Amino acid sequence: MTALTLTNVNKSFGNVHVLKDITLEVEEGEFVVFVGPSGCGKSTLLRVIAGLEDASSGEINIGGQQVNLVPPSKRGIAMVFQSYALYPHLNVRGNMTLALKQEKQPKAVIEERVANASRMLNLEDYLDRYPSELSGGQRQRVAIGRAIVREPKLFLFDEPLSNLDAALRMNTRIEIANLHRALDASMIYVTHDQTEAMTLADKIVVLRDGRVEQTGTPMELYNNPANQFVAGFLGSPSMNFLPEGLLGSGQNTIGIRPEDLYLSDDGPLAARVSHVEKLGGDTNVIAKIHDHAVTARLFGQHAISEGQELRFAYAADKAYRFDAAGQRLR
Amino acid sequence: MNKARQNPLNTAAMHGALILYTLIALFPVFVILINSFKSRRAIFREPLALPNTDSFSMIGYETVMKQGDFFLYFQNSMIVTVASLFFILLFGAMAAYALSEYQFKGNLLMGLYLALGIMIPIRIGTVAILEMMVATGLVNTLWALILVYTAQGLPLAVFILSEFMRQVSDDLKNAGRIDGLSEYTIFFRLVLPLVRPAMATVAVFNMIPIWNDLWFPLILAPAEETKTLTLGSQVFIGQFVTDWNAVLSALSMAILPVLVLYVIFSRQLIRGITSGAVK
Repeated sequence: MTALTLTNVNKSFGNVHVLKDITLEVEEGEFVVFVGPSGCGKSTLLRVIAGLEDASSGEINIGGQQVNLVPPSKRGIAMVFQSYALYPHLNVRGNMTLALKQEKQPKAVIEERVANASRMLNLEDYLDRYPSELSGGQRQRVAIGRAIVREPKLFLFDEPLSNLDAALRMNTRIEIANLHRALDASMIYVTHDQTEAMTLADKIVVLRDGRVEQTGTPMELYNNPANQFVAGFLGSPSMNFLPEGLLGSGQNTIGIRPEDLYLSDDGPLAARVSHVEKLGGDTNVIAKIHDHAVTARLFGQHAISEGQELRFAYAADKAYRFDAAGQRLR
Repeated sequence: MNKARQNPLNTAAMHGALILYTLIALFPVFVILINSFKSRRAIFREPLALPNTDSFSMIGYETVMKQGDFFLYFQNSMIVTVASLFFILLFGAMAAYALSEYQFKGNLLMGLYLALGIMIPIRIGTVAILEMMVATGLVNTLWALILVYTAQGLPLAVFILSEFMRQVSDDLKNAGRIDGLSEYTIFFRLVLPLVRPAMATVAVFNMIPIWNDLWFPLILAPAEETKTLTLGSQVFIGQFVTDWNAVLSALSMAILPVLVLYVIFSRQLIRGITSGAVK
């Protein structure tokens, strides 16, 4: 059974057409990440699924039931917000139990679910604290706990990690992945961070300007991008794009990933180094080929300095070709 | 803290200015207070002198207690002020929430229309209001005053509160919606506590003019049993003779409750409980 089906969903705010004909399926137990630059409509799409915004047209099915006219609380969803959105006047326990009390669940059920969730998230010691007494990471866990206790058919995460610092973000990312394994629940996760998308997703949906650009597993999208946008958006550092004319003749664009460039004395690409990032394990070389900046990711440590002349080569099967409109040429 | 603030000269100048302002602001209150404890002669001989053994007299307070039903006036003022504030805050906040939260046709026009009242003094409509009160039989009731003051306070309340409500995090309200809270619960349980400082501001702005008003009590509710404190004090001011002891004593006592209410609300002004709700 599918957890979520969107059929030709459109959303307009006045004259602004934000979501354009979105059709999408989320399988039971799948972790789907919506990714795209800011303003691409990914958060709006999540809010439409949650029922916080009405779709202008199209059909939304959650767990086989059409929910276009169902209020958010009855859709069988739970949402984790970017700003946590904890109730400031309730303690952690109160925050987690509020929805269950609204549903008139029996006390024993509430107790049990809160106990389970707080054990899973290591929140047992904080149940009587108020949100203002918690750190950012703890607040985030409470927000997740508030979603877990509802045992929803579908979890919605709206950029849940963007307020955390880098170290905590990585830990929480792993926690969310573990949580997904433990709960075996369907989850939709919105982010603009391609690393989060690549590491968490079973399936990535790349959005741009309110349209689905491509859907697939992280490796499908990475190895086989449908167009220049997807190719440039996924992968870090992002893919290099060079005009074909630079390497011979033609009007198309060639895309080469930084890790596919290697040093070679008789390579076809002559470049002057403009900056070197030494990361220890990797060395990122930013170099200029005529006026085009390229990034090469070299494994290990290299004694390369600014201003140096280098030659790069690449395997022919690692080069992607895109036409002037950005579509992939195969 | 920046350098300018740490400089002792600047600190002294800042405090000097504030103290000077405080003195100027408190001076009339101080004069009222000291003179209320003096005999009639002493008030006129040396208005600025402190009461001493010679001039000390409680005659003003005795007159106030004996003449007229001072406690009834006091109670009327209190009922009118508190009830008006309650309705201003309740309806003002609800209207402000509707204007700031829901998109509907004429939202902006409605907001402007409600704000228009700030610019038009309600006293212009006194005759019409009196006619309305007569028609509805509300003359000489406290309800007449409460209704008029509520109408008078709403425009500013809606204006200030809607501005604050726009700042309440959308995520918080949406979290409530997903958790199955009704719009009323979201309003009363989530939004109102977060705009409490703004509510206190509105309360303070409205409280003092209502408490001190003479115009509407005089016109709408001059009967003995509905007199407010300000109106009640007027019995001591005659066309030819004014009982200054009594007037000053009545005023001194009238200041007290406003002071207490002000202290309660100003604590709310300072305290914000937003911290921790959203980062």
